[in-house]
Amino acid sequence: MLIEYILFIIFAVIAIMSSLCVVTLRNPVHCAGYLIVTLLQVAALFLLCRSPFLAVVQVFIYVGAVLVLFLFVVLLIDVKKASMEIFKPKHRPLAYGVLAILLIETLVVIFVGGLEKIRLAAPGAEVKVETIGRELFTSYIFPFEIVSVVLLVAMVGAIVMAIDRRG
Amino acid sequence: MWPDIDTILLVIVMLVKVGVVTIILLNLPIPLTWLERKVAGHIQQRPGPMRVGPHGILQPVADGIKLIFKEDIVPAKADKLLFMFAPVVSLVPALCVFVAIPVAESVTIPYINKELTFYVADFNVGILFILARGGMGIYGIILGGWASNSKYAMLGGLRSAAQMISYEVALSFSAIGVVMMSNSLSLVEIVESQAGNLFDWNIFYLPVGPIWFVIFLIAGMAEINRIPFDLSEDEGSLAAGFFVEYSAMKFSLFALAEYTAMVTIATLGTLMFLGGWNGPVDIGIPPIFWFIGKTFVLIYFFMVIRFTLPRYRYDQLMTIGWNVLIPISLVLVLVTGLMRIYL
Repeated sequence: MLIEYILFIIFAVIAIMSSLCVVTLRNPVHCAGYLIVTLLQVAALFLLCRSPFLAVVQVFIYVGAVLVLFLFVVLLIDVKKASMEIFKPKHRPLAYGVLAILLIETLVVIFVGGLEKIRLAAPGAEVKVETIGRELFTSYIFPFEIVSVVLLVAMVGAIVMAIDRRG
Repeated sequence: MWPDIDTILLVIVMLVKVGVVTIILLNLPIPLTWLERKVAGHIQQRPGPMRVGPHGILQPVADGIKLIFKEDIVPAKADKLLFMFAPVVSLVPALCVFVAIPVAESVTIPYINKELTFYVADFNVGILFILARGGMGIYGIILGGWASNSKYAMLGGLRSAAQMISYEVALSFSAIGVVMMSNSLSLVEIVESQAGNLFDWNIFYLPVGPIWFVIFLIAGMAEINRIPFDLSEDEGSLAAGFFVEYSAMKFSLFALAEYTAMVTIATLGTLMFLGGWNGPVDIGIPPIFWFIGKTFVLIYFFMVIRFTLPRYRYDQLMTIGWNVLIPISLVLVLVTGLMRIYL
């Protein structure tokens, strides 16, 4: 298991460093590039959890689709102007507040959320797609449907905003 | 703690396979460019390349030498890092895809009784892996187009971004169709489910098989940016599109990625619809030759199409994607599902 441990360290370190680049770099296109790297590392972590399906879906949806649209928008921004913009001082307390809440949330999940109870599949036993599908449509059918409604709301919202802009 | 001899052997065999696949893929464009120019020539009633070697067979080598010795130009106000990186970004995913592509059924080597498989890895989600990895090639195009700091390149990059996003949906739908017909996400199992004679192939899964195949071909051609869907490099209105500023080896990396993507779509079509390495009749030809033959037929088809059809207009392209292919796919998913349940 030593090899898995070393691989985990590599992926995790690259993920953290590239996500730091995402938030600190000035050029939005470079930020998007580093976001791709981060998401790929997360996919690699899924592979280490022996779930190739989740890893591939991560690459497929986030890297293959979401970020392409993201870049699409970013490319149309005036990069020079965007990289000059800074947080206005009066907005900073709000930003720090949100940051603090997120940090507390993460810590709660890590230390109180019972993460240590989750067991990995045994080495060599991969999580089958059929298993995920069956669980999604039986045990987790309610959250699954809720998520689809949330996505629908977002879609309708985007369309409404686009109509507003035009009219 | 040292791994035992079997594990070491496994790793060595895997590395050798990766090496062989890489060498084949990197050399494949040499015969393919020659073939493409010959096809172009013969369709246009001229002989094509004739001067270098017999029937111009050494023409790609001459082209390669020329490309290596060309001056490598980086535009003055380009984003240097991304400009260098973009061709690599477009080539690497195209090569990665072949990790999951099986080319023949496994054979047992006599005397040592070890099984030799003809793929690097058989994921239980192989088909998804290929689509996901292949879809990443688009970053090379977008980033290259943006980093060149040129309006033509930028427009080409944006066009292909929108185009690939649209057609990836239809391509994935055709993969869903295959998964439903074959009942597996693993490419090896998909091919095994098509074993038998000609009518066990997915393309003959009547009545939906042929329609899925046509959707796959159209979406595939759009995904690899070939005529009639090569709007990102439309020389009439965009000079050369996203790689207009690229020269020398960087340019050839883009060309390499494009050819590799074409081979990918051809192999995918073979595996998903044309029965992979299963022959239509059993006449003693080794399976791998069936596979190569079918792939070659598809590649040849793509080339003939390129010099036969004119290019679509951009709005027509989007209409075909969203208003024709995707609704048909949705209906077909329903029909295929019903057929699976009730037949």
